Amino acid sequence: MINAVGRDIPDEILAMTGKEPFQGNHYKDGVPFRRAAPIIRPVMSNDHSKMVKDIHEALVKCHAHNGMTVSFHHHFREGDLIVCMVMKEIHKMGLKNITLAATSLGKAHDDLVPMIEDGTITRIEASGVRGKIGEAISAGKLKGLAIMRSHGGRVRSLVTGETRVDIAFIGAPTSDDYGNLRGIGGKTNCGVLSYSYVDGDQAEYVVAITDCLVPFPNFPAHISMTRVDYVCVVDSIGIPEKIATGAAKPTTDQRKLMMAEYCTQVVVNTPYFKDGFSYQTGVGGASIASTISLTRIMKERGIKMGFGVGGLTKPMCDLLDMGMVRLLLDTQAFDLDAVSNVINPAHHRITAGAYANPFNKGAFVNRLDYVILASLEVDVHFNCNVVVGSDGVITGAQGGHPDTAQGAKCTIVICPLLQGRIPAICTNVTTVTTPGESVDVVVTDYGVAVNPNRQDLLEALRKADCVPLKTIEELRDIAYSIVGEPDPLEFGDRVVGIIEARDGTIMDVVRQIKPKN
Amino acid sequence: MIIGKSAVAGTLESSDAQVTVEPSESGLEVEISSSVMNQYGRQIRATVMKTLERLDVHSGKVTVVDKGALDCTLKARVECAVYRSNDIKDAMSWGGAIV
Repeated sequence: MINAVGRDIPDEILAMTGKEPFQGNHYKDGVPFRRAAPIIRPVMSNDHSKMVKDIHEALVKCHAHNGMTVSFHHHFREGDLIVCMVMKEIHKMGLKNITLAATSLGKAHDDLVPMIEDGTITRIEASGVRGKIGEAISAGKLKGLAIMRSHGGRVRSLVTGETRVDIAFIGAPTSDDYGNLRGIGGKTNCGVLSYSYVDGDQAEYVVAITDCLVPFPNFPAHISMTRVDYVCVVDSIGIPEKIATGAAKPTTDQRKLMMAEYCTQVVVNTPYFKDGFSYQTGVGGASIASTISLTRIMKERGIKMGFGVGGLTKPMCDLLDMGMVRLLLDTQAFDLDAVSNVINPAHHRITAGAYANPFNKGAFVNRLDYVILASLEVDVHFNCNVVVGSDGVITGAQGGHPDTAQGAKCTIVICPLLQGRIPAICTNVTTVTTPGESVDVVVTDYGVAVNPNRQDLLEALRKADCVPLKTIEELRDIAYSIVGEPDPLEFGDRVVGIIEARDGTIMDVVRQIKPKN
Repeated sequence: MIIGKSAVAGTLESSDAQVTVEPSESGLEVEISSSVMNQYGRQIRATVMKTLERLDVHSGKVTVVDKGALDCTLKARVECAVYRSNDIKDAMSWGGAIV
């Protein structure tokens, strides 16, 4: 069946998953549902110990079994040691058919590929998959489906009970012996534990894994003892310096600086740029540079930001330290500056649910004025692809892209026209991850395109005469004139993954790759 | 023109291509690998073949390791490798036929 972004979702996938095709951003708005509730085992005796001696004992006590679902967070990013540590123990115990429901998976988890090949892991649910696991999925090695959902979509999936987590493993920089967890105060700090909060709420068993046991109570707890069944101390939960990988230093790349300048001009010349505006940006070089150039104009015009939200980096924390933003709402620390900035009393931790869950009574993303995003590809329908490479291989993550893009009043996507020979502005994206209806402005090094649905923004930018305006088709044509029109990819028939929309409908499918030689 | 001796042009940097030419008795053999094979493999081959044709090269082993080079870069690297294989160091007719 063809969905609202023109993608053909095979009937057998709809039947197999019980899902509907994507029908537009507001399809589930206001539709009531009953929240799922987990099984809880109460602790009433005053001499109960939650301490277990190792991961194996934790697994045994949590009744680890074939076919179970285990969950993890990715706050340690490329430095994560928890997922592989636990999965190796599960593998050693000979358990099969495991669903790995991580908030995201990356290069830190390349060692899991043999477990995919031997049937230990047969389903994956994650924001996305980088590294060798992505290649393995695209090559058809995962027996079941990989489901890619946004950070908000993941919370929805747990809260509705679509994903039922048997055991949640929460890597915690500090814990006491009763399971009060904090993202700071230890030797491997990640700042916040936002993504795990829902796992604490919805998983049947919750195991905290820490490398820094502290005296009770570890307070104020980011995740409370009331959610935690067991506490396990290990030598190391992560590699601190790798937490910051991917986070860019201020760029000197002239192309990125130019895009950053265009982006800043778009922000300051659209109607939401006034005192108290809200703002989110990512970790790309151009996004960071645009935050820096925006700061300059805010100072000139005496405009302060109301709140900044999402994954945070040094330039956002600098705004807070300078008194240029009233408060920061943190779901993820992208660099160590952001981790250490958590001690600022106006730097608040929020849960992934409060941040972006489409199925609560209103998330922060709904109150965003601007979000600055990147994209691997944008097509002439303004659809974005942030998960599947132009070669058809799964290589990225949805993250908060679809959540913030839908929520923000002005969604700006920064994207160089060409990535090497690959045209980032194209006729049809390889895979739709964020629908064009969510995307308002596309900034490239060859000009800026405004979604025709947003005549108001187009008019404002035209009047300001601040950036070279082009249509999205013009940008695509410039790209193709330089690199040639790419041949369509050849895929196999098998669907290996689903791109889930925020509301749980199917945005697109990912097919097995067929390499051309 | 013939492939006089083994020669290389280009690098393995992103957006470049490394072209190696070697003499061969048995016709023209062109081997291409590319980071953008799935989308541009056909166009890369066409560009390389057209350039060799223009240089009147009909035998030899040509290996292209492409890292997303544009067509103009591919042409230049192929030409350069062929010129180097013949020790041509000046009066090169870039983009033209060789007589």
